[in-house]
Amino acid sequence: MDLRLESITHRYGDVEVVRDISLDVPSGRIVCIVGPSGCGKSTLLRFIGGLEQPSSGRVMQIGEPAEDSINPLTYVFQDFALLPWRSVEGNISLILRDHGVRGERAERIIADVLARTKLSEFRKAWPRQLSGGMKQRVAIARALAVNPAVLLMDEPLSALDSQTRELLMDDLITLWTRQPFTGVYVTHNLAEATRLGHRIVVLSRRPGEIREIVEIDKPLSGRDMADPDLVAKQKHLWNLMRAEAEAADKELVDE
Amino acid sequence: MSDAALSSSSSSSAAAQARPVRFRGGGFRPRSPRWVGALVFVVLIRFLEWGTRAGFISSLTMPRPSEVFDTLVELTLNGGMWTHLAPSLSRLVVGGVMGALAGIAVGVLIGLFSVVRAGLVPLVAALFPIPKIALLPLFIIWFGIGEGSKYALIAFGTFTPTVVATYGAVDNVDRTLIRMGQSFSLSWSTIVLRIVIPGAMPGILSGLRVSLAIAIILLVAAEMLGAEYGIGAYILQAGSLYDLERLFAGVAILSLLGVLMSGGIGIIERRLLGWRS
Repeated sequence: MDLRLESITHRYGDVEVVRDISLDVPSGRIVCIVGPSGCGKSTLLRFIGGLEQPSSGRVMQIGEPAEDSINPLTYVFQDFALLPWRSVEGNISLILRDHGVRGERAERIIADVLARTKLSEFRKAWPRQLSGGMKQRVAIARALAVNPAVLLMDEPLSALDSQTRELLMDDLITLWTRQPFTGVYVTHNLAEATRLGHRIVVLSRRPGEIREIVEIDKPLSGRDMADPDLVAKQKHLWNLMRAEAEAADKELVDE
Repeated sequence: MSDAALSSSSSSSAAAQARPVRFRGGGFRPRSPRWVGALVFVVLIRFLEWGTRAGFISSLTMPRPSEVFDTLVELTLNGGMWTHLAPSLSRLVVGGVMGALAGIAVGVLIGLFSVVRAGLVPLVAALFPIPKIALLPLFIIWFGIGEGSKYALIAFGTFTPTVVATYGAVDNVDRTLIRMGQSFSLSWSTIVLRIVIPGAMPGILSGLRVSLAIAIILLVAAEMLGAEYGIGAYILQAGSLYDLERLFAGVAILSLLGVLMSGGIGIIERRLLGWRS
């Protein structure tokens, strides 16, 4: 299933947040959206998954998701959004049960996703007992459990320390390599974007418009950050963003 | 900075004495070792006992604690305890449960629906400050002189604080969790039952602590105004005869009831909110 954004524009009152964004998200690839803070990239992600509606323009779903996809458009949030009153297993089973998946089938799915995210031994743990990185792994496991057609990730690593971020980035790459998924990955971190993105969309500061779309063809598993090609791409991205980030930094925030 | 300034500052720091940095943190974190609470009771009762025996507290100002205790024992032995406690407890349970359940239900509705919120929040704000006991005559006309008016008074008194606590608690449920529920296409009822209500539970339970204490106060008030049996009636009788031992025995039962109720909510909190650490 592909996604297509058709000239999306959004205003909060008088303030234009994003302007005329058209974009294709091809299936089996990861599209990274980068931009300075406040450029509306998280808002854009909420439009893509139908959690919010743009003032104009629309998000089209092209083709049908796989039969066994329980929740085609699935999010991974920056702050994990785990229910603190449910165990690791309970956080996943709640969603499966609501979609009518119970008993042995649910059991199989839970065991599988926990194994894929290396959480098998923490099944019964409470969220408060887990570190930030583990919490995000639980959230990823929960997202994988519904077999999404498109995984929408809203700065999933931004609440973590840099070592954990590194480890989880490796995990994401391994997950994708084993079973390629379609992803939209919002971040302000250019290194993350160059490691994980097949297509990197650079947004300008508010109102967010597409500045440039950078394609990276190297396979995810073989990307070495010392690779001069990637270094050059990252530098190019930074040059695109630098002035925008500087200007965005000086803006007054009144929201 | 010039070299001269640097060297002078370093030489002065070498000459100065080293001393540990003064500790400024700590405090503001009260803990409650169990025995201290009991100790306060013991010391106070011991003091009253000693004072009344030594004679500098006259028996008209304060009854002797041991005699209050004897009265309690006698009341238990002659069966009077149960005749008074049973109707009080049933009034408290029926009225309290009705008020709390209605309060939680209305509070959740206010928390969920804009129309209900717009319509009921001003009404609840108008009802909250009314001293409910002032309405007892009205309740007697509506629900009769019997149990009905007492249930209604206690239920009404428990209702308003529960509503306010509940909708505040629902408002405070983490919105990202609700958005998460929507992002997984959970049904509306699952979002309410499995995300909103558990998330509001800590606030609801701490609201119940207050409401149930109010229920005890109203129970006594209702029983003082028209009941043959009940702790309130017992205290009123004792009071009108200036029988301080019996008056204090009744008051002691009420305190004990309050402590038990708060302990009961503590147990519920530990069971329902075990996830909080």
